[in-house]
Amino acid sequence: MSTVELISPLTDAERNEIEAEVAHLPDRESAAIDALMIVQKHRGWISDESLRAIAKFLDMSAATLDGIATFYNLIHRQPVGRNVVMVCDSVSCYVMGADSFAQKLQDHLGIKFGETTRDDCFTLLPIVCLGACDRAPTMLINEDLFGPVTEDELTEIFSRYS
Amino acid sequence: MSLQDTKPLIGRVQEVGGLVTLSDYEAGGGYTAAQKGLKQMTPSEIIDLVREANLRGRGGAGFPTGVKWGFAKGEPQTPGYKYLVCNGDEMEPGTFKDRYLIEFNPHSLIEGMILGAYAIGAEKAYVFLRGEYHEPNRQLARAIAEAREKNYLGRSIFGSDFNLDLRIHLSGGRYICGEETALLNALEGKRGQPRYKPPFPPASGAWGRPTIVNNVETLCNVPAIIQNGAQWYQDLGLTEDAGTKIYGISGRVNKPGLWELPMGTPIRELVDDHAGGMRDGYKLRGILPGGASTDYLVEEHFDLPMDYKTIQDAGSRMGTGTMILMDDSICPVDMARNLQHFFAQESCGFCTPCREGLPWVEELLADIENGNGKDGDLELLDQNALYIGAPGNTFCLHATGAIEPLQSALKYFRDDFEHHIKHKSCPYRKS
Ligand SMILES: Cc1cc2nc3c(=O)[nH]c(=O)nc-3n(C[C@H](O)[C@H](O)[C@H](O)COP(=O)(O)O)c2cc1C
Ligand code: SF4
Ligand code: FES
Repeated sequence: MSTVELISPLTDAERNEIEAEVAHLPDRESAAIDALMIVQKHRGWISDESLRAIAKFLDMSAATLDGIATFYNLIHRQPVGRNVVMVCDSVSCYVMGADSFAQKLQDHLGIKFGETTRDDCFTLLPIVCLGACDRAPTMLINEDLFGPVTEDELTEIFSRYS
Repeated sequence: MSLQDTKPLIGRVQEVGGLVTLSDYEAGGGYTAAQKGLKQMTPSEIIDLVREANLRGRGGAGFPTGVKWGFAKGEPQTPGYKYLVCNGDEMEPGTFKDRYLIEFNPHSLIEGMILGAYAIGAEKAYVFLRGEYHEPNRQLARAIAEAREKNYLGRSIFGSDFNLDLRIHLSGGRYICGEETALLNALEGKRGQPRYKPPFPPASGAWGRPTIVNNVETLCNVPAIIQNGAQWYQDLGLTEDAGTKIYGISGRVNKPGLWELPMGTPIRELVDDHAGGMRDGYKLRGILPGGASTDYLVEEHFDLPMDYKTIQDAGSRMGTGTMILMDDSICPVDMARNLQHFFAQESCGFCTPCREGLPWVEELLADIENGNGKDGDLELLDQNALYIGAPGNTFCLHATGAIEPLQSALKYFRDDFEHHIKHKSCPYRKS
């Protein structure tokens, strides 16, 4: 197998968005995080193939880029479901009962933190303080912030996502 | 008299009852400070005024802003050579003030950055924003586009020869990126690991160029100082620290939230009057006054004014000024475990005491909490707190900050720790 086959090429949309970032930076490598976020937005996560394609496009080594990708909490190096649920486990939410809320949430979705539901609808992850501590306990579904959330609201909230 | 006379940061948000749009902002006198600064003042005059006003950094360390700007003044004078970076990473647990400022008053941040960039001679500026801050990102992006449209940003602003390009960098998410040298690495697209200092960022920062990093709230203070002067700003504070502060409270109070109040507002007034007191059935035991990385304050401190010096003299730090309240239903050992879990997870991994020590401390706390504590464990925790927390034993202040709530918990709530070990159980658990 040649290495070419291991690289799934970036789409035109992805290339254009990354180039727009590169345009105002001193060099291509400086766009590494932006590029990872852009490709993740389109593909949901960063596969090895995506990683190699981005590295090639930015003229940097895949190893260096992986060191960056794995450093950041918001870059997924494993597949995630169609919706990502992030639950705050930091101190203000903890004080307001986040631990028991997190337990109920896992029971509700039938998965543990780090897992994805069998229908691929939800991936459940812990997250640090979401900066909405006056609304504790909080969670983020994709780009939507919820808080304070109670167990009773879960069915209704999750029904909004497919 | 308008609310903005006493609340320069969010008075306008209250007046319009939510998001301050460009037209709301202009109708409230917005962008006149930037115009005054760029047309009538030299960069040095702005720096002097900010120094005289005694504006101190709101990102946690309280460094005088005018003094910091002075470090980047002067050489080299190539246009566009320097950078101004706004630290909007806000990942300190318990802190939610910068989100509010960006989401509801984005133009005040932009105006503050125009003035700051002009003062230090930067023609390129970045807002380093948390990746999870989706709504603030949308509002700020829109405000930047509006400001470009009006030529508040761009070339020859207000007909002067000053140009400014302002952009947002969305973070990939790590607490350590809030540390200003780690932030600069992240801005450059690298792993967010702290850099060796010196050189400090005003000498060599982003891409090796002189760079000033300031917190969101710090920069939002600048327009009103330019507009109303240093004396007015100093007079806003109740104690020797100047201006207003966005104070926040989270925990079991009746009305958690945040308020812009005179610097030096007493803690008890914040809890009882503004946050509506503790909820029925709960008693206040301890406060982390400025986010997760500050030492606890207890009953004997609750009448103190919240300002930099007083809180420091009491053995803690003002930090971000957003307080986390621990009530009597919360187990101090388990809360310490929660805090150390955060710091252990968010360590960048570069130095051993932080990378290895913090998870070890977290595990020991979990053991004590779960009834598996042993004689001597508290002395071990004391020793580790001393070793990990001592500035100089680690490369950056992450580890020092991690230890602050632990060492003060061991001091003020020692009975609770001892009880767990002696009775091999947690008295707060409902069985
Ligand atoms: C571990 C760590 C995390 C930090 N996080 C933040 C942050 O999220 N926001 C912030 O403004 N400052 C943060 N700081 C402080 C910055 O390093 C820096 O002092 C600050 O941004 C300077 O701005 P100021 O002078 O306006 O306060 C952090 C510091 C450390 C050591
Ligand atoms: S103290 Fe911790 S966060 Fe700071 S450089 Fe060392 S390992 Fe990284
Ligand atoms: S601690 Fe959960 S939002 Fe801040």
